[in-house]
Formats: sequence, C-alpha cells, structure tokens
Amino acid sequence: MIGARRLDGLVHGLGASVLVLALSALGLLLWDVVHDGVGRVSWAFLTGYPSRRAATAGILPALAGSVWLVVMATAMALPVGVGGAVALEEYGSRGRWARLIEINIANLAGVPSIIYGLLGLGLFVRALRLEHSLVAGAATLALLMLPLVIITTREALRSVPVSLREASLALGATKWQTTWHQVLPDALPRLLTGLILAVSRIVGETAPLIVIGALAYVPFVPDGPWSSFTALPIQIFAWLARPGTGFRENAAAGILVLLVVLLITNSVAIWLRDRSSRRRDA
Amino acid sequence: MTARTRRVVEGLIERTLWACAAVSVLVTVGIVLVLVWEAAAFFGEVSPAAFLGGRTWTPLFYDPQFGVLPLVTGTLLVAVIAMLVAVPAGLLIAVYLSEYASTPVRRFGKPALEVLAGIPTVVYGYFALLFVTPWLRTVIPGLAGLNALGPGLVLGLMILPLVSSLCEDALSAVPRGLREGAFALGATRLQAAVGVVLPAAMSGVSAAVILAMSRAVGETMIVAIAAGQQPRLTANPLVPIETMTAFIVQVSLGDVPRDTTAYRAIFAVGLLLFTGTLGLNLASDWLRRRMPGAVR
Amino acid sequence: MGPQHPGRPGGPHAAESAEVGPKIALRALSVSYGDRRALTTVTLPMQAHRVTALIGPSGCGKSTLLRAINRMNDIIPGTRVEGDILLDGESIHAAGTDVVALRRRVGMVFQKSNPFPKSVFENVAYGLRITGVRDRRDIEERVEESLRAAALWEEVRDRLHAPALTLAGGQQQRLCIARALAVQPEVLLMDEPASALDPMATQRIEELIHGLKRTYTIVIVTHNMQQAARVSDTTAFLWMGQLVEYGRTEDVFTAPRERLTEDYVTGRFG
Repeated sequence: MIGARRLDGLVHGLGASVLVLALSALGLLLWDVVHDGVGRVSWAFLTGYPSRRAATAGILPALAGSVWLVVMATAMALPVGVGGAVALEEYGSRGRWARLIEINIANLAGVPSIIYGLLGLGLFVRALRLEHSLVAGAATLALLMLPLVIITTREALRSVPVSLREASLALGATKWQTTWHQVLPDALPRLLTGLILAVSRIVGETAPLIVIGALAYVPFVPDGPWSSFTALPIQIFAWLARPGTGFRENAAAGILVLLVVLLITNSVAIWLRDRSSRRRDA
Repeated sequence: MTARTRRVVEGLIERTLWACAAVSVLVTVGIVLVLVWEAAAFFGEVSPAAFLGGRTWTPLFYDPQFGVLPLVTGTLLVAVIAMLVAVPAGLLIAVYLSEYASTPVRRFGKPALEVLAGIPTVVYGYFALLFVTPWLRTVIPGLAGLNALGPGLVLGLMILPLVSSLCEDALSAVPRGLREGAFALGATRLQAAVGVVLPAAMSGVSAAVILAMSRAVGETMIVAIAAGQQPRLTANPLVPIETMTAFIVQVSLGDVPRDTTAYRAIFAVGLLLFTGTLGLNLASDWLRRRMPGAVR
Repeated sequence: MGPQHPGRPGGPHAAESAEVGPKIALRALSVSYGDRRALTTVTLPMQAHRVTALIGPSGCGKSTLLRAINRMNDIIPGTRVEGDILLDGESIHAAGTDVVALRRRVGMVFQKSNPFPKSVFENVAYGLRITGVRDRRDIEERVEESLRAAALWEEVRDRLHAPALTLAGGQQQRLCIARALAVQPEVLLMDEPASALDPMATQRIEELIHGLKRTYTIVIVTHNMQQAARVSDTTAFLWMGQLVEYGRTEDVFTAPRERLTEDYVTGRFG
C-alpha cells in the first residue's frame, strides 16, 4: 500500500513536471525568438522592402501580402462555409448525402496542408492559369480554411437554444427567416470567435503557398488581386534559407511580427467570446 | 409575398445552402483528381513497383532514380521521434490534468498548452534549426547541422497539445462511477487511472495517438527547414535525411522545369502522403466512434 | 361561430354528432418519436371559443398532442404521425399543406418564456415583419394592440425599446403571448404557460386566458389541477399516451367516469 501511494505521488509529480517542461519549452522558444530578433524590429523594418543586404531589408510587402491573402481567403471561405454549415445543421443532417458530406468534412480537416498546396498548384495555378497571383494563393488558403469554418459554424449553431427556433417557427416564420433573423444573429459571437481562430491558422500557413510557387522576390506591395505577392511566413522562410546571421536576425524579427499579429487576432477572439458569454448571463 | 413565391424562394435558398455544403465534397474530389491525374503521368514513366520498392531517390540527378523508400523512412523516422516525445508526455499531462491537477492549474495549463498548437510551423522550424539542434550538438558529438533528431523533438512539442487534449477528452469520457468504484475499493488515483480509467479510455487514447501520427507525417515546414534534403535509407537520427513533404517543398522552391518526371514526382509523393494520412485519419475516426459516450 | 352551448358531456366521439363542427378535431391521432410511441389513437374535438385543458402526469403525451396541432413536432427528427387533425374541417396533413400558413393560424406559447434577444417592440413586431408588413404605422398599431390584448401595454409602454430579457418572468411570458397574438391567429396553444411563474403572475395569465377566449380558441396544457379547473371549459385527461376521459371541466373534476381520472384529479398520483 505504501508502495502504491509513493508511486501515486511519483506520477503526480511527473505529470506536473512534464507540463512545466512543455511550457518551459514554449517559453524558451519565445525567448529565443525575442532574443534574436528584437534588435531588428524597427519602424524602418516594418515599412521597408526586401533587400539583398540584410541590414536594410524590410517586411512591408510580406505584411501587406498576408493582409490581402487573409481578407480574400476569408471572403471566399466564409459564405460557402457558413452556408454549408447551415445546410447540415438547420436543414437536417440525416440523409445519406448529409452523412457523406459530414464524413468528408471531418477527413478534409485532417488532410496535410501541403496537399492543399498541390491541389492549388494543379487547379488554380495550372488548370485555371492564375499563376502566382494573390487570387491563386487566397483560393488555396480558402479551401484549407473551408472545413475549419464549417466545423466552427456548426458548433456555434449548435449552441443556439432550440427554444429560439421554436419561438420563431411557431409564429409562422419560414426556416430561412428563422435562420437569418434569429439563429445566425444569436450564433454570431461564437461564429466570429471560431472564424478568427481559423484566420490565425491560415496566417501562419507556409507550405501550401510555397507549393503553388509563391516564394518569389517581391519588392513591392500588391496593388490588386492579380498581383504577385509574398507573405509573412514565406518571407521568414526565405530569410531562414539564406546564409548569414544578418538574414537570420531578419527571420527572427519577422517571426516576432507574425506572432504579434497572431496575438492580436487571438485576443480579439477571446474578447469576443467573453463578451458573448457575459451577454448570455445577463 | 404569396405562399407560392415564398415556397419557391425557400426552395432556392435550401438548394443554394446544400450546394455550399457540396463544395467540400468537390474539394476532396479535386484533391484526388489532381493527384491521380498528375501521378498517372508520372507512373507512365516510372513503374509503381520501382517507385514503391526502390531504395534510391535521386530525381534530380542526370540518371534519376525514383525509389521512394528513403523518403518514407525519413518521414517515419522524424514522426517516430516526435511520437516518442508527444505520446508519453501528452498522456502524462492528460492523466495529470484530468485526475490530479487542481482547478486553477487546469484553467491555466490547458490554454497555455493550446498556445503551443497555435504557433506557426515556420516558427518551430526556426527553433529546431537555430536553437534545438545547436544545443543538441553540444551534447551529442557527431550530430549534423541538419538531422532528424532536432526537428523530431520540436515536432513532438508541436503535436503534444493535440495528444494531451484528445487523451483528456477520452479520459473524462469515462463515467465518473467507474472511478469512484475503484476509489471505494481503496485504490490510489494512479491505480484507478491505470487499472480502470485508462483501459476504458483505450480506444480514445489510441485514436489520439493515430491522429497525432497523421499530423506528424504530414508536417512540412519544420522538416523542410531543419532535417535536410538528403534522401537516405537510414534509421540514424543524427544525419541529414529528407521527408516526403520536404521533397515537395524542395522541388517547389527549385527551378525544376514543369512537365518533367522529377516535377511530376511531387504529385506521386503527394498521392502517397494523402493516402497514408487518410488511412490514419479514418482509423482514428473509427476508434473515436467506439469511445464510451461517443457523441458523433 | 357556434352558438353558446355547454361543453358536451360524454365520450370522445360525442362531438362528431354535433351540428356545428369543432374548430379542431383529432382523428385517431398517434405520434411516435423514433421507436417510442408518445400518443396512441387519440380522437378529440375542440370547440371554437372554448378553453380546452389537457391534463395528465408528466410524459403522458399532452405536450406532444399540443405540438401536433401546429405541426411543431415536424422539427424533431424521426417523428412519425398517424391519423389526422382537422382544422375547420380540413386536414393539416393533406398533401400541399403550407405549414408556415398553418402556424400563422395556430399560435403557440411555450412553457418557458422564450422572448427573442431583441427589444420588447421588436419581439412583437417580428411576426408582422416576416409576413411582409412594412408600414411603420401599421406595425406600431398592431404592436400596441397586441400588448394591450396581453395586458402588458401599461407596464411596458415606456420601455418598448428596452431588451425583452430585462422584463420580469411573468411579463416575459405575457410578451410571448402578445407576440403570438400579433400575427392574429385563430387558435392559441399554451404549453404550461404559468408553470415557471409565481402565484401573482400566474393569476394574471389566467385572467388573460379568460378574456382571450372570446377571440381565440385556446388549448392549454397544465400540470396544475386547480388551474385547469379555473380556466377551462372542457378538460381532456391523458395517461400514458391515451385519452382516458374528456368532457365538461366540472364533470371531469366532480364526477369523473373513470377511476383513473378520479385518482389523478384528487391527487392520488401524478
């Protein structure tokens, strides 16, 4: 019995230490990036253009490219994803088709992102001849985002109380009127939270963009959807691939910018979630 | 609006919504079509037997060889190292959080772990290349600058929150009564966890492990940055290797002309990767459905 | 509508011989959820401008019966209906029946008040807006009218644009009644409308029901024997999905024909 108790304590201690260890590794990673990169972050770096000389290189085209990509990908994935989720959640998910679509979405969410890159390469870049444009990049990321949007929207819709739907339907509202006027507005805060998490996922995506051929020297801010582009994670990767400590510092500084962008989007998501739960309690 | 037009409009809306849902099926169809189409061209030039059975991968040489085994072993090597980190650590953390930890620890620990899952993979690549590997080299003489070990460890860190949160779900799905029954017999928490809870949660835990494996196999940036581009048939974690994903990146970066066998090879490798991860995902899904109290 | 006559005593089939047809007629109605049968071959007429109370222990099928009348059960997957319900002599299950139109004729108030998370005004106006009423003046008039009919106007006239969820429980329930009245239904279904309210609020609802029956045909589900006795003209007692007894409320309560009914209304079980 004593032995069993001692073992119990050991596992308790071990579990706690592993957790501490994992979080320390996270701390170490962040410290490492800050340590390497913070010296390079400056106004000039944020507003500068890529350069062959590490010390004068800036990140503006990558930052602008990421904003373009996220806005365009969201504009493509959001309506389709929300529409699909509404179909499955509100219009019944019992038929054989609905079942097929459900299994399909679950599996899509597990497909490695680089495979989406191959799809984008075959479909958008080559078959549709969109080349290395923002449209091709955004469309690729939109496909990657789609299962995430559908899954989070369905969760948001599921959180809407049935009594709200019943109240509306009992007044003679149609299914769509009920969905549009009551269910979606009620699900909105959770939906936005999930959407922002999906966005933060694609902000950091690198592999699919590389596969569609987006790793190019782009010393300008995109001027439209057909422009070629670079993005934050691609710029980081490009600097990382170059020899010399100067470019490595740039990579670290780029990572800092990327992490700050993610921190901001995630804070907005958390703020939205808290606000909606407070409203519900009221 | 008359009842008739109302019904027509409602029908149109419903059809549009289902069309949106069907787009997700088209994505899958698109993936399969693109991969199979391009891979078919590849297999017109390289026999599937030579591809799947060959031990040499030198697609960019003057006399190219397309034996995919080195890429597969490279992928598995990194993934296994990652699993050796993530599975025991993730399971321990899950047991700790669900059976031992106090509420404040759980409240802080879980979201803090989630942060790990939210960090972009290119950042992990940086960490593996410029921090973990240099540090490992001070401990392990003979470790190459690019190797399987560093990125493997970092990949393990990355999938750790996935393993721990899925395992925790599996553990907490075990009915309370089972645990209390064990406590009533005088079992310690560990005896309850190992003797009663863990076996009951086994299918959920296996599902988590398999899903983590799928994630590790498909991960790209960490290995593309820190594991090297030298396809070799080895189980040695200290030397540069190349994974399937890293090869796709290598070709995408380089100036490999389109419509060459080497270029088409990325689709054949992609098809193999897609099939493998799909198999793992389906297996994981199947196991999760068998969890006690499985919802979906 | 039909002449003032006392609720017909007698069995479930008595009303079929009436010269004026009932407002609502259940014909051998059975409802199942998946494998579970909730209601078994219930035949029951409900007269216009009467309050019909449905009583019985929990799970006896009274809510299922109520929700069958405006086909609210349709939204529960796996529901199967056999038999029929006639509204003004016409089947509500006939091919081509417009469920949306049916629900506009048959309003419903739920057990737990469920106002929309919008203002008091918008709650009542919603039913009008979705039917295409655009004119502001029209909407304002109908909202006031409905709130007056639900005896709520005096209490909320100064806070029409406050969130509905800030109203007290009893006020919220009367708001839900006003909301149902705004679309001018013919029938009002009430599913234990006062079960979550305090005695004062309950009394107000009961008074309201009394006044509303001049305009509407009311079917009310209730757990509360006294309430059924106070508000209804006819009472139907259900037990395990079957109709045990139906008749004038005073008869059902003072001289039940069935032993089961007597045991229930005297509180021996339930």
